[in-house]
Amino acid sequence: MAAIFHGFGPAAAALSSSSSFDSKRFQLPSLKSQTERKGSVLVVRSDGRVIPGSNPKGRSAGKLVTNAVAAKADSSATATASKPGHELLLFEALREGLEEEMDRDPTVCVMGEDVGHYGGSYKVTKDLATKYGDLRVLDTPIAENSFTGMAIGAAMTGLRPIVEGMNMGFLLLAFNQISNNCGMLHYTSGGQFTIPVVIRGPGGVGRQLGAEHSQRLESYFQSIPGIQMVACSTPYNAKGLMKAAIRSENPVILFEHVLLYNLKERIPDEEYVLSLEEAEMVRPGEHITILTYSRMRYHVMQAAKTLVNKGYDPEVIDIRSLKPFDLHTIGNSVKKTHRVLIVEECMRTGGIGASLTAAISENFHDYLDAPIVCLSSQDVPTPYAGTLEEWTVVQPAQIVAAVEQLCQ
Amino acid sequence: MALNQIASSSSRSNLLKPLITLFRPFSSSPADNTILTVETSVPFTGHNCDPPSRTVETTPTELLGFFKDMALMRRMEIAADSLYKSKLIRGFCHLYDGQEAVAVGMEAAITKKDCIITAYRDHCIYLGRGGTLVEAFSELMGRKGGCSKGKGGSMHFYKKDGGFYGGHGIVGAQVPLGCGLAFAQKYSKDGTVTFALYGDGAANQGQLFEALNMAALWDLPAILVCENNHYGMGTAEWRAAKSPAYYKRGDYVDGMDAFAVKQACKFAKEHALKNGPIVSTFIQLLFYYRLVSQSNAALERLHWNKQIRYRRQRILCSIGNMTAALSTPCSIIKFFGSFPFIILEMDTYRYHGHSMSDPGSTYRTRDEISGVRQERDPVERIRKLVLSHELATEKELKEIEKEIRKQVDEAIAQAKESPMPDPSELFTNVYVKGFGVEHVGDYGEFSIEIRLSGEKEGSEMPPLSTAEGWCGGRLGLEAYLLGFEGMDFSQILSYTEGNESFNQEAETSRPKLCFGISGLNMKPYTKIKVGYAYNRGPVPHFDPMRPLA
Repeated sequence: MAAIFHGFGPAAAALSSSSSFDSKRFQLPSLKSQTERKGSVLVVRSDGRVIPGSNPKGRSAGKLVTNAVAAKADSSATATASKPGHELLLFEALREGLEEEMDRDPTVCVMGEDVGHYGGSYKVTKDLATKYGDLRVLDTPIAENSFTGMAIGAAMTGLRPIVEGMNMGFLLLAFNQISNNCGMLHYTSGGQFTIPVVIRGPGGVGRQLGAEHSQRLESYFQSIPGIQMVACSTPYNAKGLMKAAIRSENPVILFEHVLLYNLKERIPDEEYVLSLEEAEMVRPGEHITILTYSRMRYHVMQAAKTLVNKGYDPEVIDIRSLKPFDLHTIGNSVKKTHRVLIVEECMRTGGIGASLTAAISENFHDYLDAPIVCLSSQDVPTPYAGTLEEWTVVQPAQIVAAVEQLCQ
Repeated sequence: MALNQIASSSSRSNLLKPLITLFRPFSSSPADNTILTVETSVPFTGHNCDPPSRTVETTPTELLGFFKDMALMRRMEIAADSLYKSKLIRGFCHLYDGQEAVAVGMEAAITKKDCIITAYRDHCIYLGRGGTLVEAFSELMGRKGGCSKGKGGSMHFYKKDGGFYGGHGIVGAQVPLGCGLAFAQKYSKDGTVTFALYGDGAANQGQLFEALNMAALWDLPAILVCENNHYGMGTAEWRAAKSPAYYKRGDYVDGMDAFAVKQACKFAKEHALKNGPIVSTFIQLLFYYRLVSQSNAALERLHWNKQIRYRRQRILCSIGNMTAALSTPCSIIKFFGSFPFIILEMDTYRYHGHSMSDPGSTYRTRDEISGVRQERDPVERIRKLVLSHELATEKELKEIEKEIRKQVDEAIAQAKESPMPDPSELFTNVYVKGFGVEHVGDYGEFSIEIRLSGEKEGSEMPPLSTAEGWCGGRLGLEAYLLGFEGMDFSQILSYTEGNESFNQEAETSRPKLCFGISGLNMKPYTKIKVGYAYNRGPVPHFDPMRPLA
């Protein structure tokens, strides 16, 4: 049941008719049922299985990542030798996606600070400048407003630039360009211009980076009409979302997280593109729906381990698409579990969680047995002290407590 | 009437007159391929580069063409003025009359493959790039037939096939975009250039300097043109810039003389493409004194206290300018070094205020405006040229103007009849392909997956099949289809929409979107994406401006 079209996977297609999860459905019967596609691109369903038998998203069953910062290659060493695919870190996955797209389409170019000769401050564009030249991987001066504007101007003529903000927080300087020109030009020109630009960069609370370098810009950008926002959380979806974002005709903001760059995972060798509007089912369950994205996914999975031991069965969905929300997947999950907990790293006020709460209660109000609980970061500038910083973001213990309270 | 230009500071008042030297080397009857030579009124000044010569070659067709184009633009702006006053144009309307020479001269020097990007005073440049009057007026009045389908307005005229990239409301934001256009041109190596226009007010924006730096750094084929009409909204430029010389930094071009503009743009384009890598800075003594004389009148009206302050400032400015002029290039210029990109400054003037809400007379005197109109009006200048070259008689020119007036009136009438955009247009062009907008409340698109159900799975597809979609929302709403995706639309022969409520297991009525599709060769259980939107009433009466109940 994996009809695939236009490079976008069906949004939990199997769930549209039934309201209960069937674990059998997670086995994609065969990929040969794909309709004709160019090349060998695989489009993957939201539950993530690409090849029956391989387990790129092994988190669903037993192995939960306890350290959200860097996955140590522990027991995977023995088992992975025979598995298909290759192992890499998240920033390498991003680079792979980027490189594949740059190979495929000569109009794709990168611009940002230190992306060229330096290789990218998080090594996402390492060695790309030597391969593609200085014009295609452009080192810009520290002028976010204008190089973002430049990327948008170039996109108006047909190039597909990727703007890297060294830290998402710096993109606040380019807010005018992103909001007015990037988001609105397609509309105000009556459809004459498309802006296929990708704006990406690491954000989120890191390791004691200080208030100005620990910003979560999802909440500021979310009301800009005309842009799409996605947040990646694993090497697998990082590469897929990067490719999808580059191929999309709309401006896409890809949110990465500073602490997730060294996550290691096994990803397929074949080319694959994920859907930008789709959420990812991390762990199916029955009792409560936990919606999360980016780094909080790992805190949630850690809490889920505890919850399972306590007898709860949480359903964890990585929403991935921050604008627009994948209300289809979320709705089906809410219909099943009737309880929602949102765990996010955004601020409490006006964050993604706030919008998601509103959207869910507007659309699925009748399906809810309890009010939606939203756990978000505190409305404070991120402090430098380690202990304080820890308490700015949501910790697994708080997630467990919230679930217990909701599921009474 | 042969008039000579004497560029000396002693006869300052002479500088204000449009002075043209005409050469008529051949017989007086102009054939279409006769080359006429025209000399510009004021010499160019350049910095670190040789400015182009004052003699411009032109043909009778071009000359007459200039006249027609500029008269058309002038007429259009005046008509827009009266449309605004009769409330058919709303919001902001920034008029370009007085500055037409810049648009027309620039067009004469470049091709449609070159790009122009400008700020919000874009009506005439849009015309120059190939836009039609009807589209312009329709857009101004917010009609469907407008160049941006009525969704942009006065400040968002675009013409992609004509190389016109807008139309931008935020001051200065178009300059980095212009550098992006130039970057794309360099990337694809197609030998074209970009003209990024901005005003004297925008010249104080930081992003301009960022853009300058980048354009210079990467040798982008960008030509930055400062349309200096001496007033940034209501503030005269010498009140907005400590050193107007510094912030403008361009080859000085008399922006009221279409041929000067044409020559300068041609020169700039060749320079930019040939890598003639020199930055030009404007030495503006000449300009400065002119400004002083023009704004003297404005100054007299101020309270004596302010007068002292402004006069002192002016003196300081002039000292600064002279120092800049006389001294060797300062460190900033040295840093720029030599690059293909060029900055031009067009010394021009706008008769109207900044926008229609600005009377234009609180910060300058009516004498100043009428003075410029008498002495430097671009249309008059061309008219005099045409008459002196005997390309047309006075009567013929009047006929042309009458014809233009008729054209404009017809265009307005046609634009008035153009319909307002459909309510569904509210949601189109937000995203490409129209999907992915989250459903929030009553207004929004929602991308869902539905199945086309046949009689049974695997069976032959009946010619008619029903598609159902899940949608959640408030009671009593109707939804209507915006579009399909994932189907071969040529296969859809027809579809019908309908809305009905039904009781789900949650015992509530929910709107259910039903539609029938008939087509050929559609397989059952194919999944397609449907975009649809809610409205608060039947589609024809959809009024997005009504408050939500």
